[in-house]
Amino acid sequence: MRTLRAWLLRFMGLFGRSRIDQEISEEIETHLQMQIEDNLHSGLGADQARMSALIKLGNGESARQAYRERSTLPLLENLAQDLRFTLRQLYRRPGFTTTAVLVLALGIGASVSIFAFVDAALIRPLPYENPARLVGVYESTVLCPQCNLSYLDYLDWKKNSQVFRSFDVWGYSDYLLKTPAGTESSVGVRTSPGFFRTLGVRPVLGRDFYPGEGSSSPANTALLSYSTWQRRFGGREDVIGQTVTLDDTTYTIVGVLPKTFQFAPRGNAEFWIPLSDHGPCEQRRFCHSLYGIARLKDGVSVPSALADMASIARQLEMQYPDSNHGQGATVVSLSNVIVGDLRPVLLVLQAGAGLLLLIADLNIAGLLLVRSESRKQEIAVRGALGATSVRLLRQFISEAVVLVVLGSFLGMVLADGMMSLILKLIPNSVKTGMPYLQGLGLNGHCLALTAAASLLGMVLFSIASAPRLFSANLQTDLSEGGRGSANKLWRRLGSKLVVVELAMAFVLLVAAGLFGKSLHRLLNVDLNFRPDHLATLEVEAPQNTYASDEKAVSLGREMVDRISALPGVDAVGHTSNLPLSCNCDTTVIRIAGHPWKGERIDVPMRIVSPLYFKTLQAKLLNGRYFAEADDSSKPAVIIINRTLAKRFFPGEDPIGKKIGNLELSPQSLREIVGVVDDLREGALDSEVWPAVYLPFNQAPGTSFAIVVRSRQEERSLLPTLTQVIQHIHPGIGVKNVTTMNQRLNESQTAYLHRSSTWLVGGFAGFALVLGVVGLYGVIAYSVSQRTKEIGIRMALGAQRSSVYRLILREAAWLAGLGTGIGLLGSAGMTTLVRKLLFGVPLLDGPTYAAVAALLAVFALLASYIPARQAARINAIAALRAE
Amino acid sequence: VSSDKDLFQGTLALMILKTLEAMGELHGYGIARRIEQIAGDQLVVRYGTLYPALLKLKQEGYITSAWGVSENNRRARYYKLTRAGRKQVENESQRWEKVTAILARFLSPGEETI
Repeated sequence: MRTLRAWLLRFMGLFGRSRIDQEISEEIETHLQMQIEDNLHSGLGADQARMSALIKLGNGESARQAYRERSTLPLLENLAQDLRFTLRQLYRRPGFTTTAVLVLALGIGASVSIFAFVDAALIRPLPYENPARLVGVYESTVLCPQCNLSYLDYLDWKKNSQVFRSFDVWGYSDYLLKTPAGTESSVGVRTSPGFFRTLGVRPVLGRDFYPGEGSSSPANTALLSYSTWQRRFGGREDVIGQTVTLDDTTYTIVGVLPKTFQFAPRGNAEFWIPLSDHGPCEQRRFCHSLYGIARLKDGVSVPSALADMASIARQLEMQYPDSNHGQGATVVSLSNVIVGDLRPVLLVLQAGAGLLLLIADLNIAGLLLVRSESRKQEIAVRGALGATSVRLLRQFISEAVVLVVLGSFLGMVLADGMMSLILKLIPNSVKTGMPYLQGLGLNGHCLALTAAASLLGMVLFSIASAPRLFSANLQTDLSEGGRGSANKLWRRLGSKLVVVELAMAFVLLVAAGLFGKSLHRLLNVDLNFRPDHLATLEVEAPQNTYASDEKAVSLGREMVDRISALPGVDAVGHTSNLPLSCNCDTTVIRIAGHPWKGERIDVPMRIVSPLYFKTLQAKLLNGRYFAEADDSSKPAVIIINRTLAKRFFPGEDPIGKKIGNLELSPQSLREIVGVVDDLREGALDSEVWPAVYLPFNQAPGTSFAIVVRSRQEERSLLPTLTQVIQHIHPGIGVKNVTTMNQRLNESQTAYLHRSSTWLVGGFAGFALVLGVVGLYGVIAYSVSQRTKEIGIRMALGAQRSSVYRLILREAAWLAGLGTGIGLLGSAGMTTLVRKLLFGVPLLDGPTYAAVAALLAVFALLASYIPARQAARINAIAALRAE
Repeated sequence: VSSDKDLFQGTLALMILKTLEAMGELHGYGIARRIEQIAGDQLVVRYGTLYPALLKLKQEGYITSAWGVSENNRRARYYKLTRAGRKQVENESQRWEKVTAILARFLSPGEETI
């Protein structure tokens, strides 16, 4: 306690220096005077009295020094002094300081901002209980490895499985929500009642679904997402027991999910409704609409769970050959389900950021090494004047610390900015699938990373400044002619560093080039329709109001008519799913008259209006489009796409042939009336599947995806479109009103490629700059060390051009070596990112050539300045200086 | 004149405290003179040892100081014991008595060997 008090006072003493000094001086002076007076009293002469007092009391200055040391903390005192000195030193070399701090800040900023994403997506555990034991369970077919399962299959799987502690399913559902302001479409999820217990999530308010809720009779209960509770119900506790009307059905709210709860596959879900097993889809084994989530039993691994599920799937195949033929099972960890696509991108980015930070550190270390070389005389002088090597080392360390602290601080600020920049790169439609990005920011993990990076920097920089100290030969250093071993070391080490830096820059540049090219390919992939001047929107009509087929058909017709009447509209069509959405909503077909060995052909099925293809300007290859007259009174017809025609009717005219379901039941048979070019139904980078199109008038429904071909700028149409639709019936919900081009640009694949391109490109540019700075440093240093040699050469008649050649050859050698190693490194890197590339060969010649050329140009720039300096050396002056 | 600096420094704090206990308020020179007198001029108190020791005691809260005027009309800093200081005199005195008693036994070895 007493000691603590003393330390505290001594710490405070750091701030009252001058007053303390003055007081002790006065006290000592008084003491001396009193002694002299006493000596005079005892009969000594004036001089004698003073002399003897001084001798007796000792050195006043060292007394003051001892007092001062006791009054403050000498260690801190020295530290403050070191700091002041360091700041002065750094201030006097603004070029060096700015370069070092900025380079470090960029390195740390890039690393930390990327790390924040890695942390959010891959490191921070999912907000579920023991998330490592959760798995996603899917059915798999050849074409679709992670497909949704049917309710009946789920029941069989669940009954027979030995590996799951619990096994639940969920499915998409969209609702029309009645609000005081009108009808809105809202996103929901149907879940089996144990869903939240499997995840280990408990409602913050109200209750979870009961086991078996909804299974015997529709439960009509709902759980709210936290944000929905806040937004739609003002966060009031009396929300429990209130009702909401979704699709004309009234649901009682029984609970609210926690704020931390998130479910990335349906990030924006508002309502959670217990799955009813009375739905039409739930009673058919071939109606696939659900995704499985299960918790593994203790000691069960994902592969062994997969083996168990696969064997059950085989049993079901035998038991139900009609519906289950060719259906296996897939089990993957839940984290894989949620961040699967993102993981490789993030890991590549993090690796890139880590490398950049390393480059930055190495560069600064190199600069410090050069500086310590040029400071050897100063250090020798300070050593000769009595500075101990510990004191000098402390000086270097404090220099490293100041640089790193400045760089880290600036780096954090940069990281914060970069993070929001990267977040802006992600379109909103994609962000709803990444709820884990909420609350992204500089958290403890990021700070820890910064601290670790800073520590690394401090150690590295201290060591880089120090070799001079240990090899210091005072005499030779004082006389300035000395060439320590350090400069040889640096010339060897430094050039190796530069080679590594250039190789890194090369690898990153190649990656950026490949991503960029891949993005370009992707956005220019053949869609087989014209995406420009196309407005799109999705419409949900209340099922009760438009229950009969006639009503649905006439609603479709009315919407088309009203939109067509708008000024500037060329054509209007509608489909069940817009192009570029997914190869989903498939049906199983069998071709009449073809030999059949029980194979199962899964094809996307779209229900389209007569003018749909015309509106998209999709090319008709054969036969005819649908007509308004293709209704229920006419023979059932179907249009197939080019891939289906090619694959299943090779060398045959498909027109007039018939397609039906697996049993080829008479009412399922449809006659092929046309072949249309391959519309890209799925994602940009997935291959085109065989697809079938049915006329809306023969298979009407209440959800529409409308496409509008416009003569004017299509965006200007959007607000009018919503009004027109809702004017027909206030209960109709409209969503995703946008343009086809925007869909194209914001599609997840395009976004992934675009952000990869930008991020890797940004890093690559930064790496290039670092490599160039490093190269410049090494060459400039080499020139400064070879001044004498060059002087002699010129004195002996060397031309300026040969001096240029001498220096540039050194740079070319380094750049060439870096390029060579970079080439090898790129081979490794491309195998890592292979899955992310689209339509670009791994060894893409033009990209490699362009990167090599770019690097060569920058290497030339970096070495030209020192080379010119060398060529301007005045031979006489150079020789005299030595 | 003693040159046993270590021993002296270890005991100086107690000497100062004891002096202040006996004399009440006193300035640095007075403390030094008093210690020297009691030690029979076997000790010399230099200000290089005295003032840091006074400062340490002050930081530990055993003494306080205030500026005042000496008998010769000089400005001088006067030191006096605090309550904690009085207690400390007692504790330290007891400790030293114990230590010296033990040492005394070592220094008169006759009794030990009997």
